[in-house]
Amino acid sequence: MNWFLKTFSGSIGRKLLMALTGLFLCTFLIVHLIGNFQLLKQDGGEAFNFYAKFMTSNPIIKTTSYLLYSSIVLHIIVAILITLQNKKSRPQGYVVSKNKSSWASRNMGILGTFILVFIVVHMKDFWAEYHFEDLPMYQLKDGSMVKDLYLEVFGAFKNIYYVGLYVFCMGAVGYHLWHGFESGFQTLGLNHKKYTPWIQSSGKAFSVLIAAAFAFIPLYIYFIA
Amino acid sequence: MSGNMNLTLKVWRQKDGKSQGKIVDYQVKGISPDMSFLEMFDVLNEDLIKKGETPISFDHDCREGICGMCSMHINGRPHGPKTGITTCQLHMRSFKDGDTIVVEPWRASAFPVVKDLVVDRSAFDRIIQAGGYISVNTGEAPDANAIPIPKKYADEAFDAATCIGCGACVAACKNASAMLFVSAKVSQLALLPQGDAERKQRVESMVDQMNEEGFGACTNTGACSAECPKEISQVNIARLNREYISAKLTSDNI
Repeated sequence: MNWFLKTFSGSIGRKLLMALTGLFLCTFLIVHLIGNFQLLKQDGGEAFNFYAKFMTSNPIIKTTSYLLYSSIVLHIIVAILITLQNKKSRPQGYVVSKNKSSWASRNMGILGTFILVFIVVHMKDFWAEYHFEDLPMYQLKDGSMVKDLYLEVFGAFKNIYYVGLYVFCMGAVGYHLWHGFESGFQTLGLNHKKYTPWIQSSGKAFSVLIAAAFAFIPLYIYFIA
Repeated sequence: MSGNMNLTLKVWRQKDGKSQGKIVDYQVKGISPDMSFLEMFDVLNEDLIKKGETPISFDHDCREGICGMCSMHINGRPHGPKTGITTCQLHMRSFKDGDTIVVEPWRASAFPVVKDLVVDRSAFDRIIQAGGYISVNTGEAPDANAIPIPKKYADEAFDAATCIGCGACVAACKNASAMLFVSAKVSQLALLPQGDAERKQRVESMVDQMNEEGFGACTNTGACSAECPKEISQVNIARLNREYISAKLTSDNI
């Protein structure tokens, strides 16, 4: 197994882990967003609470969630290792530097740190509350009683500070994806004139749409609903 | 002569690898717009010698953009403000009278400063020695077209082979990554039948050496290609990743 450890401790191997976990997390964002859209249904929480129950009880989803948690952790750990090596590779910087690259591509670590802070706050407020706290109960149409996560989320989205943090962090997600999406494919070695222009434009569209759609929901609830 | 320029230079001076360096200001007068950037340095060094000061050390050799020796980080950019050229091909007409120009050496732990603007780039040589060659018996030159190579691949290999190993990619990269250099050197052989026999061994050894030299990881910012005097494309880095992944999956090195 020496070759295996050596591969993933080298620079390309580490980047490969970043690309694979990063692109997997992109698919998770789509699933999460579909769930969030249930908040927009003006049905007192039926749709969103049904979705929350499904996500926390379905065995396939539960299994996938462990893959998801480990992907997030791995993405963070490998990012730290790469960043430490990269800092070591240039111990002395330039007096003047005009780097010809996109702002997002140079600041993935800072953007990622904002996203990590957001994930921690987000997990504490919703995930941990749902799993470990006594919340008001809600009766679904099928008769089962579930914790009313809808009420919890709605309450948070009526708090201007929470909405502000949420929207700001979705901006960070957008910029992170702006570079990360197409960078992931490049790291996997997928760069070809047939499909790279398509990857690049869909990556830009994906980052804008994901960030805008996630940010829209708390803004809608705070200002309109 | 009319049109000549007076400039302020802020140049990195460092006695040797162990000393602390610093930026020193110099005034240069009567610089012709037709001079190259290195000729302007020659004028400055003549002045310094006349004054009894130590001239500024800088790397240079062919002065026609093909040897890869010149290596100045000028006003925040490797090889200066123009694209697709080396420092020796940069002319003073790219600057204005009264300009202040900051000149620094390449910055990377793998490229230690030897003196002033001279850095030691032998890390690149060691990467080439690790596998950037083909093992063939030398003898008579083979017939030109004995091995048929489609023009497309010959062209792509040649584009990669235009890399002169100057290190501007490392200098430009925020991570001091050598991926563009290594990708060009892997690509020029991976694209040709002559390079096929050793392709797996080559990419594994060269990447191992690259890591060992302490270059950073590629985060695909694209700054290297933007500054490369030979405009080596990012496509080569994707090819290097591909070569590396497939070698790791199929080579016999355990």
